[in-house]
Amino acid sequence: MAKVAAKTASTASPSAERRPALAGRTVSATGVKVEVLPPAERISLRAPEASVAALSKALGLTLPKQPKTSASKGGRTALWLGPDEWLVIDEAGKDPLADCAGVSALHSSVGVSHRNIAISVAGPAAEAAINSGCPQDLSLEAFPVGAASRTILGKAEIVLLRTADEAFRVECWRSFSDYVFTFLSEGARDAAG
Amino acid sequence: MLLIRCPYCEEERPELEFRNAGEAHIARSANMAGESDHDFEKFFFIRSNPKGIIYERWRHVHGCARFFNAVRDTVTDKFVMTYKAGEPKPSKLPGVTK
Repeated sequence: MAKVAAKTASTASPSAERRPALAGRTVSATGVKVEVLPPAERISLRAPEASVAALSKALGLTLPKQPKTSASKGGRTALWLGPDEWLVIDEAGKDPLADCAGVSALHSSVGVSHRNIAISVAGPAAEAAINSGCPQDLSLEAFPVGAASRTILGKAEIVLLRTADEAFRVECWRSFSDYVFTFLSEGARDAAG
Repeated sequence: MLLIRCPYCEEERPELEFRNAGEAHIARSANMAGESDHDFEKFFFIRSNPKGIIYERWRHVHGCARFFNAVRDTVTDKFVMTYKAGEPKPSKLPGVTK
């Protein structure tokens, strides 16, 4: 017995493999698909007006100043969350935290890559699926492509980004991810009718 | 659902995103230690609780997360107006005659 156990231990990889919550989960209903997106680099950025220009330069994109908007460039997206608050998501594998580290202007950037889980909701019924628990007006006039907002889904806080006419990215905290994913799956089933 | 205008998001958003944070324009004394018990009680516990127009602090907690001030009618539950935190109490309210 001891021999077998020792063998198993030696073959196990010593590296700390990252196992994202919900990895690989996906649900398809008529007109909408809910799936977990691959891990990304993220920072929570707080900065006063005077630092915005320097941070924009360091991050390689213009931080949006209008409410409910986002800016995207080269796989990196900055979402306006509040008058001095942004969520920066990098899907190209470059770390925005390192880019901000060289900025001397007053700011606070905190790595939250592992705090959030991203869920994609796409298809003609995506809007209806999210509206099953989100009270915001998600019509294209009120929430156009590129619009981003922190809001609520059922009992959990989410950050919503419209990536295309019929596609949304839902960011939620890791510990809420099971609830949010299940909620969206149920919403997708209802939306499919 | 009630729609509340957030002065920072510059649009009306559903009430589920907001949280009430008590009465507004209650100034904290600069010399707290010198306050008499009576004055402290007034500052700390006593609220106006009017029937009609009330000035309140609200927080867009599931949105931009900012605190702001709102004028609300406690009888109709209608929001008369909202304005940013730190701005003075409005002297004139839109659509209010009294």
